[in-house]
Amino acid sequence: MDYLKEFLSLAVLGVLVENFVLVKFYGICPFLGVSKKTNTALGMGMAVTFVMVLASILTWIVQKYVLIPLNVEYLQTLSFILLIAALVQFVEMFVAKTVPSLYNALGIYLPLITTNCAVLGVTLINVQRQYTLFQTISFSFWSAIGFTLSIVLFAGVREKLETSNIPKYLKGFPIALITAGLMAMAFLGFQGLNF
Amino acid sequence: MLEQILYPALAIGAIGLFFGIMLALASIIFKVEKDERIDKIAEILPGANCGGCGYAGCSAFAQAIVDNGARISKCNLMTEEKSKQIAEIMGVKAGKIIKKVAIVGCNGTCDKCGNKCETYGIEDCYTASQLGTGPKNCEYGCMGLGSCVRACPENAITIIDGVANVDEDKCIGCGKCASTCPKKLIQIVPDKRIAIVKCASKDKGIIVKNYCSAGCIGCKICEKKCPKQAITVNDDLAKVDYEACVGCGICATACPKGIITMINVQSKQ
Repeated sequence: MDYLKEFLSLAVLGVLVENFVLVKFYGICPFLGVSKKTNTALGMGMAVTFVMVLASILTWIVQKYVLIPLNVEYLQTLSFILLIAALVQFVEMFVAKTVPSLYNALGIYLPLITTNCAVLGVTLINVQRQYTLFQTISFSFWSAIGFTLSIVLFAGVREKLETSNIPKYLKGFPIALITAGLMAMAFLGFQGLNF
Repeated sequence: MLEQILYPALAIGAIGLFFGIMLALASIIFKVEKDERIDKIAEILPGANCGGCGYAGCSAFAQAIVDNGARISKCNLMTEEKSKQIAEIMGVKAGKIIKKVAIVGCNGTCDKCGNKCETYGIEDCYTASQLGTGPKNCEYGCMGLGSCVRACPENAITIIDGVANVDEDKCIGCGKCASTCPKKLIQIVPDKRIAIVKCASKDKGIIVKNYCSAGCIGCKICEKKCPKQAITVNDDLAKVDYEACVGCGICATACPKGIITMINVQSKQ
């Protein structure tokens, strides 16, 4: 019961209160770059979810069994970047071999995640807050879901914007940035929610 | 003291080594077998990686030929001989290759269409077109800042009197200029005797007249005069169907604004 309660409270925290894109402003690059169509946005969200959960499990293990015993916690950023990059490479090879259709669907997004600050961000937050392994997995899962939610919502809005009558000088990126700003303001409303 | 240097170095070194070995092993275990025809075709392709075919490069195009049956003629540098070789590898019959050439769809030189403001800073068409609609009075016209000149691998483009001009003899039809132009003024057309429209303005005729003396006003005279129905006027702009055009030149003489010109006038149809 405790686990379930923790899982759900981390869900509210990760998806709404600390939404990675709209509140913490991590991963803005894919948020703006891969949000022209809902399908590709969803694909990107799934790829991020997959990599985030795997990366946070691995970094938790490295933190607990390598960095802390050797008393070199200050190497977190360096070693986590190394780990994420290697992990994404590995996942790419694995997916290319086993599920080629998924590999083609993810296409360029998978290598893009290597340098995505959202992935590094979630691993560092997990370590800073001294989460247990269960908390680590649930928090990174839910924050990835939060990322997916915001990028898919944003892509939906942008699809509608394509056909709407926008002033000439605001077409394209300007209106996208304004939309993102308005969405971030909406998500401010969730501040203060906690269980 | 030793610990403070040795441990971090060892820790990072060990993590790096571990993942290095793991990736090396994974690349062997998860090796994806590639079709050998892809490499063969990639060797025949020009290797310029110009991207004119719409794929990421020559090897990506080769893969598309094998996997999805992409048309060889998409490559603008393709010759008959090469297409035969590729057709042989793929086991199909080669089609006919028509040489292509780039044309600039704007006639608005400095004296015909002025500027509403001056540009400072980097001389780049894309950058300039992002500020409002660019410095030119006509939002569709060539700004003459020469991004296409820099993109051309054959130095076939020059800016004459504020508008880009293509040297048809030098042009290899790769299409790099066409993808660089932010106003989408440059088209890749078949290199034969055809009529081209040197205007891209979609504004109504009365508005065009206000800012450019060489703009298409959508009068539809060309559409009516064309014996082959190869010209249509949509959005107040004439458009030539290059397949249907026989190069008779009636439209060019009929156009009241002198926007329609003929290319390859000397060549026989």
